[in-house]
Amino acid sequence: MNRFVPNCKTLRIRMLEEIGVNKVEDLFTHVPGQVRMKGLLNLPPAMSEMELVREYTRLANINTSHELVCFRGAGSYDHFIPAAVDSILTRSEFFTAYTPYQAEVSQGTLQAIFEYQTMIARLCGTEAANAGMYDGASATAEAALMSMRVTGVDRVLVAGSLNPSYREVIETYLVPGGFQINEIPFGPDGLLDLDAARALMQGGSASIILQSPNYFGLVENIARASEAARAGNALLVVVADPISLGVIQAPGELGADIVVGDGQPLGIPMGFGGPYAGFLATSMAHLRKMPGRIIGRTEDRAGNVGFVMTLQTREQHIRREKATSNICTNQALMALANAVYLSLTGEAGFREIARQCYHKAHYLEAGLVKAGARRIFTAPFVREFALRLPGDAFELEARLVSAGFLPGLPVPGLGNDAMLFAVTEKRTREEMDAFIGAVSKACGEVR
Amino acid sequence: MMEKTLFSTSCPGRIGVSLPVCDVPETEIPAELARTGEIGLPQVTEGQVMRHFVRLSNKNYNIEKGIYPLGSCTMKYNPRLHEALARIPGLAAVHPLSPDRTVQGTLELMHALGTCLCEITGFSAVTLQPAAGAQGEFTGLMLIRSAHLAALETGRDKVLMPDSAHGTNPATSTMAGMKVVPVKSNDQGMVDVEDVKAKVGPDTAALMLTNPNTLGLFESNILEITEAVHRAGGLNYMDGANMNAMLGVARPGDMGFDVCHLNLHKTFSTPHGGGGPGSGPVCCNARLEPYLPNPLVVKDKDGYALSGMSNTSFGRLMAFHGNIGVLYRAYAYIRTLGASGLREVTEGAVVNANYLKARLRGHYPVPFDNGPCMHEFVAGGPEMAGLGLKTLDVAKRLLDYGFHAPTVYFPLIVKEALMMEPTETETMESIDEFADALIAIAREACEKPHLLTDAPVNTPVLRLDEVKAAKELVVVEPREES
Repeated sequence: MNRFVPNCKTLRIRMLEEIGVNKVEDLFTHVPGQVRMKGLLNLPPAMSEMELVREYTRLANINTSHELVCFRGAGSYDHFIPAAVDSILTRSEFFTAYTPYQAEVSQGTLQAIFEYQTMIARLCGTEAANAGMYDGASATAEAALMSMRVTGVDRVLVAGSLNPSYREVIETYLVPGGFQINEIPFGPDGLLDLDAARALMQGGSASIILQSPNYFGLVENIARASEAARAGNALLVVVADPISLGVIQAPGELGADIVVGDGQPLGIPMGFGGPYAGFLATSMAHLRKMPGRIIGRTEDRAGNVGFVMTLQTREQHIRREKATSNICTNQALMALANAVYLSLTGEAGFREIARQCYHKAHYLEAGLVKAGARRIFTAPFVREFALRLPGDAFELEARLVSAGFLPGLPVPGLGNDAMLFAVTEKRTREEMDAFIGAVSKACGEVR
Repeated sequence: MMEKTLFSTSCPGRIGVSLPVCDVPETEIPAELARTGEIGLPQVTEGQVMRHFVRLSNKNYNIEKGIYPLGSCTMKYNPRLHEALARIPGLAAVHPLSPDRTVQGTLELMHALGTCLCEITGFSAVTLQPAAGAQGEFTGLMLIRSAHLAALETGRDKVLMPDSAHGTNPATSTMAGMKVVPVKSNDQGMVDVEDVKAKVGPDTAALMLTNPNTLGLFESNILEITEAVHRAGGLNYMDGANMNAMLGVARPGDMGFDVCHLNLHKTFSTPHGGGGPGSGPVCCNARLEPYLPNPLVVKDKDGYALSGMSNTSFGRLMAFHGNIGVLYRAYAYIRTLGASGLREVTEGAVVNANYLKARLRGHYPVPFDNGPCMHEFVAGGPEMAGLGLKTLDVAKRLLDYGFHAPTVYFPLIVKEALMMEPTETETMESIDEFADALIAIAREACEKPHLLTDAPVNTPVLRLDEVKAAKELVVVEPREES
């Protein structure tokens, strides 16, 4: 027997007696012989706890990425995570609980997610938020579907400056329904071409989907995009980096109808891409068209305040094929991480982190330009920026990795020499100066 | 007592983190872009945050408090070692867009996990990307859709599924641009084979089937069913939510299925997290492999790599490569148990479910009780015995006894359903305690029904008003309150 299966042979005999069969095999008689496995599965041999630790240590030691000084973003960012976040996340009352279907014994999860919804809505400048989606990309795709439910129009316009992976996920979610997706190009300044947007709006659209700061890190003019959308009776969906919202104006306050993004920067490790948590915020008017779980406040029989999952009639387990989405399990524990992170950093700490990202990104950008990199766009950025380097981006990447850095991401779409850099509050001036030196050296070698 | 929200305990000047002094010169933030007003985040210390969330945690039921017998949810014990392993910095602090050569350890693990999952399901290809079961279902139907389109079979847009299916199945079909054709269950609680044969045809894209089904019964006619679908040109999708009943016993790939998803957060012991993260890898046969989502983990002479963009793939599901942290835990589970350990898991799960069913005999009706069940079974609530009480009342009364309730009102084909899955990690003693509570409640239903209708009374709050929540809709804390 193994350490996860407690009912050993003697107990099992008693249990089989109670059931009324002689042996375990008698319980599997409904499984037809033709599909019943004869031997054992062909799997690697079982490991003890010690051996497993050794094996995982070996795998972790083969990885080298975590030892590199990280200047890469594009949807995942190397922020500091206060120890208290994981201390809460490792409480088994949270991480081994199920979805809060029995509300009376799930008030912990329910209230925490209610507070999460509140913090996300405040961050985004909207009236409401849901309990979370899988990640930023799927939240964006769900927002596109939601905009079509709200407007009844079967087409969306997507900014060309949207993270290309997000764009791919939108296509995956929309194509099977026969929905149309058109791209709005970006201008030479790297920002949404508003004239093109207005022209494309002529064909009718459920929404304009705009990332701000966009994939190149540039701050879009959300107010103008909102006007363009509104003029064509469309919604404006804004994909936001939550950290940026500590520095720049909230999309909801500038006219965005739905604000989505990824909560990874808020207390979640990069973890090679997941688990993260997508957020989705909107106005009360659109709540019933929203996908995913929503926690609502109510009272118990004695008038005590309590929390429940609400508007469940939108969801798959009630509405089935007419549900607003098929989403069931989301990323609740990661939403909790977001809530704890935002509580710890709070109003002042969160804004200071965002400001430091801004200042450090600008310091690095100026340093790299001084060292010979060229600017591609002129619009203001927050903590990510694209530069042209004198040399092939992938070749530079290889050299900089060898020098101990995870440099900006090569962006072939902008040319072979383009890289997209990101800076967080974790980077020190010393690291940035060393990086600038390494970039200069690498450029000299590949030229 | 209500734990105040953090917003209402906030006081200007308090902070819960210490940040370094900014060591670079400041750059001015353009005034027209700057956020000037207050965001409205709490202003509290680390100690306050810890106390708040620990107090909240005390109001949760969880697997360490007791049995969590939710049917089709497979709430088994979550091994602690796996939590520690997933947090090793070399595995956790890794950027998802790292060059392949810097993440060989993670890629090796993903490749090895994929190989194990293929062996467990009897398939040849896998994607680890889907974030949860529902996204796995969507992946499966998209693979099927792609295969039909590649064969120029454009008229196949119907999905056959039994009336006992999980809600995600029909919802997923809609997202995949397909229409649901319900298939009847017979009086044995199994798919009516004749109904499948009557409804399958040139418009059939797929059959979507959970096996064992949501009554906890293995579909004995599975080969006849999948063959009928294949003969009509359709493909077979297995919802793997109930795979805990079949590890090392039977494999979807040997039953005529073309594709299935697995719920790592059910069968493979990764924690539910209060509603996620999960992970829903999809395994399939060679016919569907070309359409798997980008990117895949591949192995070549230089080591492991994430594949580039394939032209035949149906696309991408997530920004990156899936819920990797969940994969780390699930692989640890499989490596801990090996082939015979996994088989013991399934045997333990099936014995435990049948034992609970036997213990409740004579106290709760079990509608489709034609022999042993697999890992779960569905009982009817007291209303079926003519007591005028609801299953919801039984569920809430169980909370008073210190247990979590089973899944209620599902599957839809059983009135007042109580769907119970004890899982293999429960001891005989804990199942006995749970059965004793259910039996006591059945007695109370006759003698003191108000104990059920008043329940719960021993919980942090009394029965909550869901109608009020939906009517008055307070989904964020109003600013004026904090």
